[in-house]
Amino acid sequence: MGAVLNGHFTLITGRTLEQGKSLHEGKDSEAYRSATALVEMNPEDMAHLELEDGQAVRVRTSAGQVEVPVRAGTVPPGLLFIPMGPVANVLIGIETKSTGMPPFKGLAAEVVPR
Amino acid sequence: MSARTSARVIEHVVCSFCGCLCDDIIVEVDEGEITRVRKACASGRGLFTRYDPTPRQPTVDGQEVDWKEAIAEAARILDEANSPLIYGLSSTATEAQRKAVALADKLGAMIDTTSSICHGPTDLAMQAVGEPTCTLGEVRNRADLLVFWGCNPAVSHIRHFARYSVMPKGTLTPNGRRDRTVVVVDVRPTSSTQAADLFLQVQPGADFEVLSALRALLREKEIEAETMGGVPTAHLQEMAERMRTCRFGVAFMGMGLTQSRGRDLNVSELFTLVAELNQYTRFCVIPMRGHGNVAGADQVLTWQSGYPFAVSFARGYPRYGPGEFSTVDVLARAEADAALILASDPVAHFPRVAAQQLERIPTIVLDPNRNLTTQVARVVFPTACYGVDAAGTAYRMDGVPIRLRPVLPTVRPTDAEILDQIIETVQQC
Repeated sequence: MGAVLNGHFTLITGRTLEQGKSLHEGKDSEAYRSATALVEMNPEDMAHLELEDGQAVRVRTSAGQVEVPVRAGTVPPGLLFIPMGPVANVLIGIETKSTGMPPFKGLAAEVVPR
Repeated sequence: MSARTSARVIEHVVCSFCGCLCDDIIVEVDEGEITRVRKACASGRGLFTRYDPTPRQPTVDGQEVDWKEAIAEAARILDEANSPLIYGLSSTATEAQRKAVALADKLGAMIDTTSSICHGPTDLAMQAVGEPTCTLGEVRNRADLLVFWGCNPAVSHIRHFARYSVMPKGTLTPNGRRDRTVVVVDVRPTSSTQAADLFLQVQPGADFEVLSALRALLREKEIEAETMGGVPTAHLQEMAERMRTCRFGVAFMGMGLTQSRGRDLNVSELFTLVAELNQYTRFCVIPMRGHGNVAGADQVLTWQSGYPFAVSFARGYPRYGPGEFSTVDVLARAEADAALILASDPVAHFPRVAAQQLERIPTIVLDPNRNLTTQVARVVFPTACYGVDAAGTAYRMDGVPIRLRPVLPTVRPTDAEILDQIIETVQQC
């Protein structure tokens, strides 16, 4: 296991084209799993953490942690994006601030290379 | 005419996958099977091509049983519960949604929709500041400024740009795209920002700040800071001027506002900005509703109970409680001791702690397809799919009700029929 890094990220989750298409194949299908089990990161952040495209990383929030492959994305530095789905849900807390809405976007997160 | 005897081409079919409810789909049916789907987007196509309409028996604890037995078991679970929860409603027809409310009323149950985790904060904002709205037909024919705030239609509502907003040629927009200015506001570049004339990239969690700055600029207040929420103030000045001087502006908004820090306050700020813009021009806002009939779920629950989501009938009359009767809160606090899930998949979309609670309590699911929630449910009813093999009504994201006509014969029971039988079987609370 790698060391916990000082770099703190903001995590957002959301819909992707692949997630939308693959859910029709069944949420237990390989297509859905691979569409939802990944984290997008800014290439500069990846270089800073010496991460290769496709390398497994552990993403951790106060709610939980998951191990997913990292992919270079269009997110700005400091931001992480994980498609909505069962993998992202592990990282989402239950504090709804009296609205009913869990914090699906804007979570503090850490990234640990595997 | 029987669908089993000859091939048919059915035009003007409505796709009920997302809140666009595109009504120009062409479906070819042969020998009772869908053989070709034209015009649908990548997400909507699967609604027709991946659905298997073969009748299946309901299950109790994974074992196939007859319908009567499954109804009896569902009624027994609901009767024995002290605090039952009904959740979902967004991918079924209004005819079934009103039955779900009737069941909640009879049981003294909590009832909540998937709005809870999509546009529930938008509902709160509408209640706080009102809703300056219009139809997508008006957008098509009149809008010369489109603002997409915290949404990514190129991925979530794939034909929205082409059919309703950016591209169409309308009465006052005869040149289509060339007659419109498109602004996208988001925390990151997306497929949608590529279609924009102006992209404002805000810092995560700074939407309220940026919206407040726009309100101030609209009132000709001076802002000394060079950037607001990560956006150069000069760009916001330009944006405010575009909004003030357009002929007909429309803001479309999504989860970027409702799920970020501030939630309903972000949406209230946008709705207030839009209301204030009407001092200068015509401006409207339309929430990008996700599921095919989630807008209908809001409509039905509101006309039946007075409230759009997070309602409890426990005291014999409807009470409203976002944070109290909203499903993620209820499950996280283990306050429901049975659940009926109608046409949604909370195990796939809830925070894990809330989703796991559905495995601990007896859960009943009505859904045309297998999903992650059917896998943990005690009772599963494989029902017909409205718009594919059953008729019904759905509300488009702009609040326009649209009739869903089936392209296949209705063989499976519908959600409304099953709910009717459960209502007849359960005891009055």
